[in-house]
Amino acid sequence: MKEISCKLLVIGAGPSGYVCAIRAGQLGVDTVIVEAGKPGGTCLNVGCIPSKALIHAAEEFEKVSHMAGGKSPLGISVTAPVLDLARTVAWKDGIVSRLNSGVAGLLKKAGVKTVQGWATFRDGKTVEVETETGSQVIRAETIVIATGSAPVELPFLPFGGPVISSTEALALNEVPKKLAVVGGGYIGLELGMAFAKMGAEVTVVEALPRVLAQYDAELTRPVVKRLAALGIEVMTGAKAKGLSTKGDALLVETSDGKSGKVAADKILVTVGRRPVTEGWGLEQIDLDRVGKFIRIDDQCRTSMRGVFAIGDVTGEPMLAHRAMAQGEMVAEIVAGHKRGWDKRSIPAVCFTDPELVTAGLSPEEAKALGGEIKIGLFPFAANGRAMTRLGEDGFVRVVARADNHLVLGIQAVGQGVSELSAAFGLALEMGARLEDIAGTIHAHPTLGEGFQEAALKALGHALHI
Amino acid sequence: MGEHIIKLPDVGEGVAEAELVEWHVKIGDIVREDTVLAAVMTDKATVEIPSPVDGEILWLGAEIGDTVAIGSPIVRLKVAGEGNVKAAGKDAEPTAEAEAPAEPPSPQPETPQSPRATKPAEAPAKPAPPAAKTVARSSASGVPRPEGEKPLASPAVRLRAKEAGIDLRQVAGSGPAGRIGHEDIEAFLARGPQPAKTSGLARNDAVEDIKLVGLRRKIAEKMTLSKSRIPHITYVEEIDVTALEDLRAALNKEKRPARGGAERTKLTLLPFLMRAMVKAIADQPQLNSLFDDEAGIIHQHGGIHIGIAAQTPSGLVVPVVKHAEARDIWDCAAEVARLAEAAKSGTATRDDLSGSTITITSLGAMGGVATTPVINHPEVAIIGVNKMMVRPVWDDTQFIPRKMMNLSSSFDHRVIDGWDAAVFIQRIKALLETPALIFVEG
Repeated sequence: MKEISCKLLVIGAGPSGYVCAIRAGQLGVDTVIVEAGKPGGTCLNVGCIPSKALIHAAEEFEKVSHMAGGKSPLGISVTAPVLDLARTVAWKDGIVSRLNSGVAGLLKKAGVKTVQGWATFRDGKTVEVETETGSQVIRAETIVIATGSAPVELPFLPFGGPVISSTEALALNEVPKKLAVVGGGYIGLELGMAFAKMGAEVTVVEALPRVLAQYDAELTRPVVKRLAALGIEVMTGAKAKGLSTKGDALLVETSDGKSGKVAADKILVTVGRRPVTEGWGLEQIDLDRVGKFIRIDDQCRTSMRGVFAIGDVTGEPMLAHRAMAQGEMVAEIVAGHKRGWDKRSIPAVCFTDPELVTAGLSPEEAKALGGEIKIGLFPFAANGRAMTRLGEDGFVRVVARADNHLVLGIQAVGQGVSELSAAFGLALEMGARLEDIAGTIHAHPTLGEGFQEAALKALGHALHI
Repeated sequence: MGEHIIKLPDVGEGVAEAELVEWHVKIGDIVREDTVLAAVMTDKATVEIPSPVDGEILWLGAEIGDTVAIGSPIVRLKVAGEGNVKAAGKDAEPTAEAEAPAEPPSPQPETPQSPRATKPAEAPAKPAPPAAKTVARSSASGVPRPEGEKPLASPAVRLRAKEAGIDLRQVAGSGPAGRIGHEDIEAFLARGPQPAKTSGLARNDAVEDIKLVGLRRKIAEKMTLSKSRIPHITYVEEIDVTALEDLRAALNKEKRPARGGAERTKLTLLPFLMRAMVKAIADQPQLNSLFDDEAGIIHQHGGIHIGIAAQTPSGLVVPVVKHAEARDIWDCAAEVARLAEAAKSGTATRDDLSGSTITITSLGAMGGVATTPVINHPEVAIIGVNKMMVRPVWDDTQFIPRKMMNLSSSFDHRVIDGWDAAVFIQRIKALLETPALIFVEG
């Protein structure tokens, strides 16, 4: 059995793990990273990146289909388009593959040794890796757990056959005629809308009274409107019960307690993600947990000395950019710098149509703090750029403290608003007041003007509404 | 909505100005009729200014410690209805003061209706100062961070603090909304390491500047005047008050109702001392004088008005028992009780607090063995009462326990010789040690 030792061992090369390893390498820390699959983790291989590729293809296809209907107000008409999903998926795989090599290259450039294989803890300082060429023992002064998360499986609707997770949904060769989506959260709606645009007949089954329940109803209203426009049937308050015996339909219990069937070629289950805490010897080191997640402090330290945990395995929000920030911070701590988690906001983006962005506190959360708040909302119906790109639905909303005008939260819904997350995050992180945003020139004509106007609105003197 | 201007009312006869000692309200407060807005102080009395109407405070016309002329606007209120500002404008319109109605309420302590026709150009610029002041006060900048609230700083500042080992919670933010900037970190570093909180003993280099306002300032001025102008001679003598105490106890025990049937005030030692002073002054009237040293005249008073220096929560005040020569022992006691209550509750009138010709000072139970009292200028004598205690006294055969009390008294040596001072105190001693003498006529 081969044995190597290093200063830092990172388990998992997803966004948190690879960023941690790269930064540690840059800082001259002797670093080894272990990964069983391809570098990049969920995000790059079966999450953010491939889904955005598919969503973009669906969006383009839907635009052209709309033009082919001869109803485009832009005056463009084309013949009916045809989608070859296998080619779309191949194009998507090309992007993923380029990024895989990109990450591998960055790790190498930073002087990080990559070990391909499945790691299992022996103790808090030692890990055994099953590689293609046999098992390897790695001893490390510090170990970082970055094992990520996996889709939650429903016991009465196990993955396999027509029942698929988001991973399989991103690798389909043809568009299902009828797609049932179990779970109306952001992953289910992003993919459900994409398949609807590609021609699938989509039904969303959501147990809660409304979809996208983690967002407030005002923010999601334009999305709900668009779901209807795309012909997606949304069953709220309905429970998935299992697969029909023939395997061609989803059994459901509707909100009024009746049993029903939703005919489906594919059943996409998107009811959340769970941390990967099994199969790598967590039981050997017995770390404290918070629910299913590993408990961490504000430096991502676990209950065991010299063992850190980062990324989805540490809890919500399970977002790649949070994971990356944790990875970077831990690398610097390991390199001897003084660091701690002091972020004011982790923006979140939802690539539905229209898109959603949230950063900081929602109006309800801000009210719950006890102080008085001010809210400024500017609709894109009054924004020139939104009009010229047929994206008038939606708004930017700013939440601030009434006493000192400190911005507490910013939300937006609308076409292409995901890119506004940069401005929102910066405003919150810099501790901007309403006056700071209102006093910044926002280029015309852009959607970003809506941000400035929302701040002006909160101050009581919006110009364009 | 209209505006109502409140001007500093006439707070005492002959008073032209008063010092603002306290604001009870701030800008933006909603006040009701009779809500106390401010306290101002004249020579001796503190007067509270109530609001005549309901409204919202828009503007405060003076800082604490400012001297404000009677009739100056001190508060502007936003009130329902017309207020008194428009009304004033309408009244003024038909007159020749064409500019006056256009002029906004002036923040300066001047008569608000003063004609400004000679400087009409100034009028438009006027609203600026109060407006700017309002903004500065209502914005939350520079407000200390409430307990538990996260410090506000950009990521670069947070990183720098981390590297330097600074806990941002201990750094004051000078930026908008209390944001901590690089300059705040620099200032924090320049101050040097703070002593660890855990150590029991720590150097404290803090210097707090406390503005001398109100009564404190008056006292300071008065003391400076007394001590810089009057060459004091202080004379301390001990008095055996055993007999006096027996008499006092007997009188209090007897509880004979007053002539009107009302309950009598409990006697303290003070009325006896006052009556003894009246008797002694009859022999030495020059001690009951006010010395105008600038004019070189001694105003020798017939009426004996005894000031009683008393400690109140806000400082030293001297209520005055008028015409002690015309009051019997019970009357003196009742008047002392009334004045003490008024001084304690802050309801003493200007008249109650002025006009003394001689003063008694007592530290009460704190007493001490001897004091060096400062003469209440322009008086010429002050009697200090020290603590009564049982002391052994030699009666030529043995030591016996006697109730002894010292009197520490100061005299203006320019007009009272040491001999006269001693004679005066010995006379009082004789009267107090044989209290029956106090009640003997003539």
